[in-house]
Amino acid sequence: MSTLDLSKFKATGLETCFHGRHIEPQIYAGLNGANWHLQDYVARGGYVALRRILTGLLPDGTQGEPMTPEQLIAEVKASGLRGRGGAGFPTGLKWSFMPRALPVQKYLVCNSDEGEPGTCKDRDILMFNPHAVIEGMAIAAYAMGISVGYNYIHGEIFEVYERFEAALEEARAAGFLGNNILGSSHSFQLHAHHGFGAYICGEETALLESLEGKKGQPRFKPPFPASFGLYGKPTTINNTETFAAVPWIIRHGGEAYLKVGKPNNGGTKIFSMVGDVERPGNYEVPMGTPFSTLLELAGGVKGGRKLKAVIPGGSSAPVLPAHLMMACTMDYDSIAKAGSMLGSGAVIVMDETRCMVKSLLRLSYFYQHESCGQCTPCREGTGWLWRMVQRIEHGEGRPEDLAMLDNVAENIMGRTICALGDAAAMPVRAMLKHFRDEFAYHIEHKTCQVSVPA
Amino acid sequence: MSFFSDATLARFEREAAKYPAEQRQSAVMACLSIIQQEQGHVSQAAEVALAAVLGMAPIAVHEVTTFYNMYNQQPVGRYKLNVCTNLPCQLREGQTALDHVCKRLGVEPYGSTTDGVFTVQPSECLGACADAPVMLVNDREMLSFMREERLDELLAMCAAEAATATAKSGQ
Ligand SMILES: NC(=O)C1=CN([C@@H]2O[C@H](COP(=O)(O)OP(=O)(O)OC[C@H]3O[C@@H](n4cnc5c(N)ncnc54)[C@H](O)[C@@H]3O)[C@@H](O)[C@H]2O)C=CC1
Ligand SMILES: Cc1cc2nc3c(=O)[nH]c(=O)nc-3n(C[C@H](O)[C@H](O)[C@H](O)COP(=O)(O)O)c2cc1C
Ligand code: SF4
Ligand code: FES
Repeated sequence: MSTLDLSKFKATGLETCFHGRHIEPQIYAGLNGANWHLQDYVARGGYVALRRILTGLLPDGTQGEPMTPEQLIAEVKASGLRGRGGAGFPTGLKWSFMPRALPVQKYLVCNSDEGEPGTCKDRDILMFNPHAVIEGMAIAAYAMGISVGYNYIHGEIFEVYERFEAALEEARAAGFLGNNILGSSHSFQLHAHHGFGAYICGEETALLESLEGKKGQPRFKPPFPASFGLYGKPTTINNTETFAAVPWIIRHGGEAYLKVGKPNNGGTKIFSMVGDVERPGNYEVPMGTPFSTLLELAGGVKGGRKLKAVIPGGSSAPVLPAHLMMACTMDYDSIAKAGSMLGSGAVIVMDETRCMVKSLLRLSYFYQHESCGQCTPCREGTGWLWRMVQRIEHGEGRPEDLAMLDNVAENIMGRTICALGDAAAMPVRAMLKHFRDEFAYHIEHKTCQVSVPA
Repeated sequence: MSFFSDATLARFEREAAKYPAEQRQSAVMACLSIIQQEQGHVSQAAEVALAAVLGMAPIAVHEVTTFYNMYNQQPVGRYKLNVCTNLPCQLREGQTALDHVCKRLGVEPYGSTTDGVFTVQPSECLGACADAPVMLVNDREMLSFMREERLDELLAMCAAEAATATAKSGQ
């Protein structure tokens, strides 16, 4: 085994997280890379929320009443917090589905399998503020009467997994995890689990299969995990950022959280700005921030070039041309209205020199590579899409290919077990909708329309 | 004699302890990654031995090894270099980085150098997109902003370390 010290090649977080260009940050506030430890988190007001709900001790030292699970869920509902994993499902509502009083083992799972191309926000949360996730999970566990939890971490970010394990040790030693937390009747055991390179394991039921030590192949929904989850037991799954938002909500109240964002879109959201921007990185801003502001935070389009298109929610989201994107605010509703989705929060920016055929080709390759193969429309369809786009990119496209692409994509959608099929089809359809000319040009002229090849 | 050392078995048990006693299989991914870290790849013999430790069928272990992209089913070089070429990285020289490494080492993607020091693989999103170009070394260390000079420096460091190690083992 090699013992080479590669630390000089590693990111410090300066470019992506401690650049000071967030707006009203909650999760990334006050971080510098060195202050991820429990004592630093406590100094930032950490674990106050957990103490408050379990013991009634308020931040100013006065003694109040502990919070009941019902009050907690009501607070999360009032906050307008929606799932940060991509689908934007209301978190409080999801928590209320949990059969809290059922006398069986129930599980809490954190989805840190962040593998949606473009997304790296959860990595920075877990690396630089892991206790926010631990506290959020401990609170959620109390709200739903859960005593065991797992955090499933993307296998490729192994150092983040090790960091999270170290943070777990600190939390256990300080009595924030384990039996009878802070002297209350709430016990919660939390463990870290790592993946090993399979995009599909980010899908919640594939993740559960993987956690059970199997191939990560999605299950049919319903039943949703709330009724049949890990080891067949009631399970609640949320994204890393969703859990990390919870302590702030309890400390400041659901209403305050809602006010930070806009109606139906509470709080802040972390966006991974990637691709053709001057300063790629993670930016935490209030929901509803104009896209133009976000783009400015990231230093604008690289090299002062013109914006051509944006994929606003990770590679599975439909692409939007510049003029539509520039009119959006960054929240679930605005982006959905423009015909795309907020998704995982990855914002893939493409400038005027980018060829859309080439871009789609790389995405289509990805989806056929990551299809788990269970459903015929997905397994066969993703390969078909990829081969057709490849043909077009290499000057061998046929005039009928455009209609066929649309047709294959349409026939995948809604006919598969999980949303990966849709994720493969949606980018194709959106590219054809907004950049059809470019595809047609490729077919007719057997070459690229864009002057500077990407 | 057991296939695994006591130290390795202790590492396995630390993983298995995270799950209910009747769900030891849940530790299979972590154990396979430990095996890969210690032995370089997951051999069939290792799969069978691990199956016995976790109380599962060998084929069930094999299914896991083959499903997840990061398990090496064959021996790889002393340094396995995975370069992300997915779209967000492609927009920031990810493909260029892969091409550069391949050219410097004289290998095709997925290939290994004849001296057994390097294996180079293109890969899907590593989850570090804002740091592009990014490269994962031996499954565990993420290297960021890997443009040409840094790549050259890295390759030189790895080659020098491998040469020293060979010289030592030859003594
Ligand atoms: N963060 C990342 O790396 C990635 C994120 N995604 C995102 O994933 C999204 C799709 O995720 P899915 O889980 O398939 O979406 P979904 O809409 O099926 O579910 C969203 C969440 O709400 C719950 N839920 C929905 N309806 C429910 C009901 N009636 N009863 C109980 N629970 C219910 C589900 O269990 C799940 O936790 C896409 O929008 C995409 O943006 C996709 C790929 C990667
Ligand atoms: C193919 C696919 C991959 C996904 N990957 C992730 C992921 O990496 N992280 C994540 O949190 N959610 C991912 N999701 C969404 C999850 O299935 C689920 O909706 C989410 O974890 C629920 O948490 P939330 O309500 O807090 O968003 C993925 C969905 C699909 C269809
Ligand atoms: S849609 Fe694709 S990835 Fe999802 S279960 Fe079906 S084959 Fe697997
Ligand atoms: S796209 Fe390359 S690390 Fe995410």
